[in-house]
Amino acid sequence: MLKFVKHHMETIAGIEIYPLVSFVIFFTFFLSLFAYVMLMKKNHIKELENIPLTDND
Amino acid sequence: MELEKFSYDNSIVRKFIIATVVFGVVGMLVGLLAALQLVWPSLGFATDFLTFGRIRPLHTNAVIFAFVGNGIFAGVYYSLQRLLKARMWSDMLSNVNFWGWQIIILSAVLTLPFGYTTGKEYAELEWPIDIAITLLWVVFGLNMIMTMVKRRERHIYVAIWFYLATFVTVAILHIFNSFELPVSFLKSYSWYAGVQDALVQWWYGHNAVAFFLTTPYLGLMYYFVPKAANRPVYSYRLSIIHFWALIFIYIWAGPHHLLYTALPDWAQSLGVVFSIMLIAPSWGGMLNGLLTLRGAWDRVRDSAVLKFMVVAITCYGMTTFEGPMMSLKSVNAISHFTDWTIAHVHIGGLGWNGFLTFGMLYFLVPKMWGSKLHSPTLANFHFWIGTLGIIFYAIPMYWAGFAQSQMWTDFTDDGFLANPIFLDTVTKLAPMYAMRAFGGAIYIIGVLVMVYNLIMTAKAGSFQKEEPAEAAALTPVYTPHKGEHWHRALERKPLILTVLALVAVSIGGLFEIIPTMLVKSNIPTISSVRPYTPLELEGRDLYIKEGCYNCHSQMIRPFRSETERYGEYSKAGEFVYDHPFQWGSKRTGPDLAREGGSKLRKPNSWHYNHMLDPTILSPGSIMPPYPWLIDNELDMSLTAKKINAMRTLGVPYPVGYENRAVADLQAQADAIASDLAGSGIEVASDREIIALIAYLQRLGRDIENEVETK
Repeated sequence: MLKFVKHHMETIAGIEIYPLVSFVIFFTFFLSLFAYVMLMKKNHIKELENIPLTDND
Repeated sequence: MELEKFSYDNSIVRKFIIATVVFGVVGMLVGLLAALQLVWPSLGFATDFLTFGRIRPLHTNAVIFAFVGNGIFAGVYYSLQRLLKARMWSDMLSNVNFWGWQIIILSAVLTLPFGYTTGKEYAELEWPIDIAITLLWVVFGLNMIMTMVKRRERHIYVAIWFYLATFVTVAILHIFNSFELPVSFLKSYSWYAGVQDALVQWWYGHNAVAFFLTTPYLGLMYYFVPKAANRPVYSYRLSIIHFWALIFIYIWAGPHHLLYTALPDWAQSLGVVFSIMLIAPSWGGMLNGLLTLRGAWDRVRDSAVLKFMVVAITCYGMTTFEGPMMSLKSVNAISHFTDWTIAHVHIGGLGWNGFLTFGMLYFLVPKMWGSKLHSPTLANFHFWIGTLGIIFYAIPMYWAGFAQSQMWTDFTDDGFLANPIFLDTVTKLAPMYAMRAFGGAIYIIGVLVMVYNLIMTAKAGSFQKEEPAEAAALTPVYTPHKGEHWHRALERKPLILTVLALVAVSIGGLFEIIPTMLVKSNIPTISSVRPYTPLELEGRDLYIKEGCYNCHSQMIRPFRSETERYGEYSKAGEFVYDHPFQWGSKRTGPDLAREGGSKLRKPNSWHYNHMLDPTILSPGSIMPPYPWLIDNELDMSLTAKKINAMRTLGVPYPVGYENRAVADLQAQADAIASDLAGSGIEVASDREIIALIAYLQRLGRDIENEVETK
């Protein structure tokens, strides 16, 4: 009975590459994002975070 | 540098504020009616347009798209102008956005109670309204992006990124989920069928929560919390990670709504993994919001605005922890189809969206009308009664969810279901349903107090339509300083940012949706599963029209407790002709996937009497009566068209069958009518009830003659 709900994807050619590709995408993306925010300059951050508070409102 | 003088458009914000308040009250009152109907079914007044199956979609649509929708626009139109130091690009488009949105809401009110529905949760509106929503959304996006192009602030603050992601993603979700083939002006069939339809629908449904109820409100949080606390956000670095991680991960999580269903395993697992990962960005965002108040907690005591915001963010934290937990298969086995889900969404709806909206309104109205809040005492009262309302709503629903799940899965020592009668597991919940309605009612009392307070506040001041402002124009050519990071350039370019957000949210969608399109050839078809007969098809349309899916699932999970109760678990191959799928998400009544199968099959007369008045056969039932199905003549004018439409969608009706369809329909109807006559029930064969009976008797039968094929 379980064959009705399992093995749906096995017939797709090259399916094994999917987990690998997704891992690489994620790892690279988040690592570079993390590196970027860590390397941001303090004064630039100050400028950005104060945008809502400087609208003379 | 020379300062340019300009003014912020406050009147568009005022319009959206009024609409938010009005539709908040209306949407919540409709919700209260639905809640009360589950305690006293007679509150449907035996009229078709007030039954639970039609009122509940009205409630969800009103609260999501009318209350929260207008709230989003109010907050975005206010904050966007100020964050960019620019007036909205086009007043005309702003007004088209406002009036168009209200017309769409009106058209929902004029269609949903009358049974015009696509039968897909949170996307019930029919195709002409879907098109109108698409156009309106483009108007909103265009106006927003053009305002960014004309801005006087070099950098684009993180709140606006969230607005952009909202615009882009809601557009994709809405368009892809709304692919439907029109049959008439207000009737269409979903382009997808069965498993595919379910996956697309919950990819949409889940991300409607993500990108309509969450990302725009996070944007509002990043603007209004620092504003109200008068200090910058706790960590701007964190907000960048929060943004990218959230939109990147959220889009994958949809399949967690379909755990243990006939959806392929790989998609279910994908949904689970990404749902667990979501805790990180969600809590990062929540902590960023809460910690913005570091060193300012004393102010929370005196400021109703901050109180509402703190509870809103806390509720956000609770739901975003609970959601991933509910995505674990073992937990989901308990929570799914029960009131636990209802509790979960109302922590989000009442707490996160509701309270953040109220905080924003208490902040904006005194500011825009140039007065002081009429009564801080009443605002405090609203805060406390609202908080109590959430508690009184949620706790009974959690209790009901656990209790019912327990009753469904209990076995006696002899190995039989302890509660073989489904209704027994419902009647026991009546006190919980009553307490939930009480919680909702006091929450609404709080909202009404707010309405009074805001009106008095506005009366005491005078509304400033145009708020003068000045800022230096951006120099057309900006020379980036040496060694500048690429992301900084990105923060200056709204279009590139938009495209990148689009890419981030598309990856997840593509990875899930494309294989599903391929799945069709991978799903073992079951040769005994045949298209519906014309009468059954008409009956199915009545099932959709009455919103039966709001209370009845058609999806038996592979648990012993379910196969004992309902029969063989549901297979993907059984739904290949279901445009749209009707798996449902809540069992206020029993599952109907095998209602016509040998285990559950009942005589036609049972169904007739049950629809006439459910309590005749099931004393204590909270299902509303459907007497009009017996009086109404079945509309057969579209039958041929429906057969044609289904064939276009891939249902193998032979060519030319549309010409014989009505004759076949009548023959099958006559047979059912004469069977009913044999049981002493005289009813004409051309009544709607006959079609509905035909459909219910068909459910789950095909597989019993199953011959496996590939």
